[in-house]
Amino acid sequence: MADVRLPRSLVDLFPGAPRRLHVSGSTVAEVIDSLDRAVPGARNRLMDAGPSLRTHINVFVAGERATLTTAVPDTAVVHIIPAVSGG
Amino acid sequence: MADRTALLVGTRKGLFVLDGDTDRREWQLRGPLCDGWPIHDTAFDPASGVLFASGGSPWYGPAVWRSDDLGATWSHSSEGLTYGDDGPKIEATWNVTRAGDVLYAGVQPAGLFRSEDGGATWQHVEGLTNHPTRSEWQPGAGGLCLHSIVPHADDPNRLWVGISAVGAFETQDGGKTWETRNKGVRADFYPDKYPEFGQCVHKLVAAADGGEHLYQQNHCGVYRSSDGGRQWEEITAGLPSQFGFPMVAHPRDPKTVWTIPLNGDDRGRYMPDASTAVWRTHDGGDTWLRSGDGLPEQDAYVGVLREAMAVDRQDPVGVFFGTSTGQLFGSIDEGVTWSLVADNLPAIWSVEAVVVP
Repeated sequence: MADVRLPRSLVDLFPGAPRRLHVSGSTVAEVIDSLDRAVPGARNRLMDAGPSLRTHINVFVAGERATLTTAVPDTAVVHIIPAVSGG
Repeated sequence: MADRTALLVGTRKGLFVLDGDTDRREWQLRGPLCDGWPIHDTAFDPASGVLFASGGSPWYGPAVWRSDDLGATWSHSSEGLTYGDDGPKIEATWNVTRAGDVLYAGVQPAGLFRSEDGGATWQHVEGLTNHPTRSEWQPGAGGLCLHSIVPHADDPNRLWVGISAVGAFETQDGGKTWETRNKGVRADFYPDKYPEFGQCVHKLVAAADGGEHLYQQNHCGVYRSSDGGRQWEEITAGLPSQFGFPMVAHPRDPKTVWTIPLNGDDRGRYMPDASTAVWRTHDGGDTWLRSGDGLPEQDAYVGVLREAMAVDRQDPVGVFFGTSTGQLFGSIDEGVTWSLVADNLPAIWSVEAVVVP
């Protein structure tokens, strides 16, 4: 199970959602699919057409920047972090 | 209990609600709502009391927000709000409009979506995207956005939309097929000033008679139509500028509309002579009246965007507009005199005036 850490701004969109949860998945895409089952609607906030990660959403697996196809080892820490953006 | 007006104010940094008293003289501010997302437009269902807000987060993408308790709590969805994995990415929802039991959303890049479950899920109105002119659509300065959705008052199969910088379209079969509605509207930025499409409509509104009368504020003038947009007649004469963004129609008088001319597309896009004024016609655009009474009359380098003016349905009608520098002004005598309703808000993108119990 991946150890997923969610940003406050994402959790705020889903009242009751935790900042940290454990979900299954061998790739980032699968982890986000599992996350969407735990937090319905989360996938649409993180992923765009393509499919691809939204432009200003960064995912790190074990500290390394990842894409949707990046492998997620069991027990890996997955950080989902909004990029510096806005004004 | 007497009805009161509530103002839904979409800004670059969230939605705000101003709850008015029954005299529309005192206002209480709530917000920012919708988690501070940029909000392009709002809609209200008076039968159910449900509010909708459309926008797009730079991080989390487009969505339509919904509140069943006048803005106290919100949910959001973009389920189905997509052109598919092979299509262009949707950046924001620019307009949300209720038409009976159906909710429509206009998006950027330009397209139309509909929801039959109150915004929980969305379906692409493919007929508009499949229009034979689609490959030639060009964006305006604000992007290729579908910003105006005008349902017919009685016929659920009829709908007009406005797209920048493409022009107006109408469907008469519930969205399956669409026809351009731009004849008589200038496009100064093309060699052919009257093309079939490519006009930069800024706001499209329907007159109060529920028939074929439409008005539009365009990049290149102000226009009226008496035949559902098949032919347009320019009514710019009497205004200080052909350029502006918002336009609203009186809820009961089909010959009264309000607009806010700006000084020109290449001159800063602020109030002419830096003097704030709202212009109105009571004769369908034959003549125009200026009102700046109560508004900043000098050094007002402010603009008003396309969705940032609204009317309520009270008698006399309340008219409200918000500026790109965060001031909100209101008139409770149908646009004759004005006063400041709120100040120091983020840049205002939209205003909706709803009458609630």
